[in-house]
Amino acid sequence: MRIWDPDRECMARDQLTALQFEQLRTTLERAYRNVPCYQKKFLDAGVSAKDLRQLSDLARFPFTTKEDLRLNYPYGMFAVPLREVVRIHSSSGTTGKPTVVGYTRNDLNNWTELVARMMTAAGVTADDIVHIAFGYGLFTGAFGLHYGAERIGASVIPISSGNTEKQIMIMQDYQSSALVCTPSYALTIADHLDRMGLGADSLKLRVGLFGAEPWSEEMRREIESRLGILATDNFGLSEVMGPGVAGECEYKCGMHIFEDHFIPEIIDPATCEVLPPGSVGELVLTTLTKEAFPMIRYRTRDITRLHYDTCRCGRTMVRMEKTRGRSDDMLIVKGVNVFPTQIEEVLFQVEGCEPHYQLVLDREGHMDTLEVQVEVNETIFFDEMKKQREFVGLVEKRLAATLGLRAKVKLVEPASIPRHEGKAKRVIDRRKT
Amino acid sequence: MKVEQISIFIENKSGRLAEVTRVLGEAGVNIRALSLADTSDFGILRLIVDKTDTAKDVLKSKGFTVNKTEVVAVEVPDRPLGLNSILQVLDASRINVEYMYAFVERCGENAVIIFRFDDTEGAIRVLTEQGVKVLVGERVYCM
Repeated sequence: MRIWDPDRECMARDQLTALQFEQLRTTLERAYRNVPCYQKKFLDAGVSAKDLRQLSDLARFPFTTKEDLRLNYPYGMFAVPLREVVRIHSSSGTTGKPTVVGYTRNDLNNWTELVARMMTAAGVTADDIVHIAFGYGLFTGAFGLHYGAERIGASVIPISSGNTEKQIMIMQDYQSSALVCTPSYALTIADHLDRMGLGADSLKLRVGLFGAEPWSEEMRREIESRLGILATDNFGLSEVMGPGVAGECEYKCGMHIFEDHFIPEIIDPATCEVLPPGSVGELVLTTLTKEAFPMIRYRTRDITRLHYDTCRCGRTMVRMEKTRGRSDDMLIVKGVNVFPTQIEEVLFQVEGCEPHYQLVLDREGHMDTLEVQVEVNETIFFDEMKKQREFVGLVEKRLAATLGLRAKVKLVEPASIPRHEGKAKRVIDRRKT
Repeated sequence: MKVEQISIFIENKSGRLAEVTRVLGEAGVNIRALSLADTSDFGILRLIVDKTDTAKDVLKSKGFTVNKTEVVAVEVPDRPLGLNSILQVLDASRINVEYMYAFVERCGENAVIIFRFDDTEGAIRVLTEQGVKVLVGERVYCM
């Protein structure tokens, strides 16, 4: 299969290291000069860009966390004036405030190039009709894939999310050949086809690029057999860029991280020590070319492992395994990042609500469901059903506003949520990934 | 003129209603009237009992969420349009019925219906002015 940018993607390791070193030095200097948060961190740690004598010196620099982004909300982490920013995206945050990220014209161009690489690696060509069923909006997924597919020269259908029957009709009539969505939505489409009495052969799909949520090899096999396609995984996060940080090639043996734009490290999340190649640990990413929003040693909280041997496809870029979980308590529900603390804060803000709650994650068909069980007390219990329902509706509305996701609120009797050593078990995840 | 009612939150799972009645029975509390409003997840059980405070205390001690509310017990003529005549009076005064349920026992020739109004005081005044018989608590608890 084609390689979009063979000069870069198949670069020899020593050349790549030299390139990374030059770019990293510049990035560190720019971050120090333009972002007060980085300046303070570097000073506190007693390091400056001059201390970078070889790539491994990166380990001397401080980490950046989601908390740093929160404290510098909205524009504090930007390294360029806003007049140079041409696009703004955001992701959900831990405290109701989202994380805001910006892109300069060069950033958008690089992003588009990297998505084009990733989509080419999955087998998408100019002959494809790319059906993008991610929600268009502040979320980076849809726009990232959209422009990458256009760069390749494919025909893009920006269908966005929802209304599965209409999606199927359009896939049939417009002959969509590449599907972009979450892996669980791919299975929802398969379910609808079954219900409509249609086989996978009623569609022209041949390849799928699935991301925004973790999924297993079993799920891949199910998607491939039910939709009759090649199902590929890709990885990205808005804080670092969005989709296009890494993606699988046709051999599906790990996602190639585009190391000429990002340096990955694997750390022990407890000690924060960098682990030797091949270790399982938390992925830390540093951007090398981002102008508006450089990230120095960003702790992704995703647990994975890196493989440095050259892939059969010829790309030299390191491959990361599917993520195996998180080093924090973040949950991914329908592709949306959810922290239990966000839910707790919403409950706290509701008059009379006590923080005795439990989150139950499950699957209905192939879609995630989130139920928030709240223990009732005298203040939030009413003898009138109308008022009781209004209360439940109010909490659901506030949760939806904060999480960007519909959660069902279920009132339960007091003390019915099991407590372990005085602390309630907050999350029950019944989903099988 | 008001009657005390207790309402109990009941999760929609087997045995909870039985548990409420067992706790009340063992405390020697007798249920005079009841109504259950339910959704697929939970129910609201409303009771008129002979010993309101005892009932509330024992249920709370068993971990139930219990609230006390004031409702109105009205004597309703036991004939066609009997209830309607009372609702007409309320409607004319723009008093809303939040919910209502019937008493099992009769009071002479009349039925007894428990009403929860949005304006309890106003309802009692209007009904009394119109000659409708509103029962006092003590009468109701011992019916």
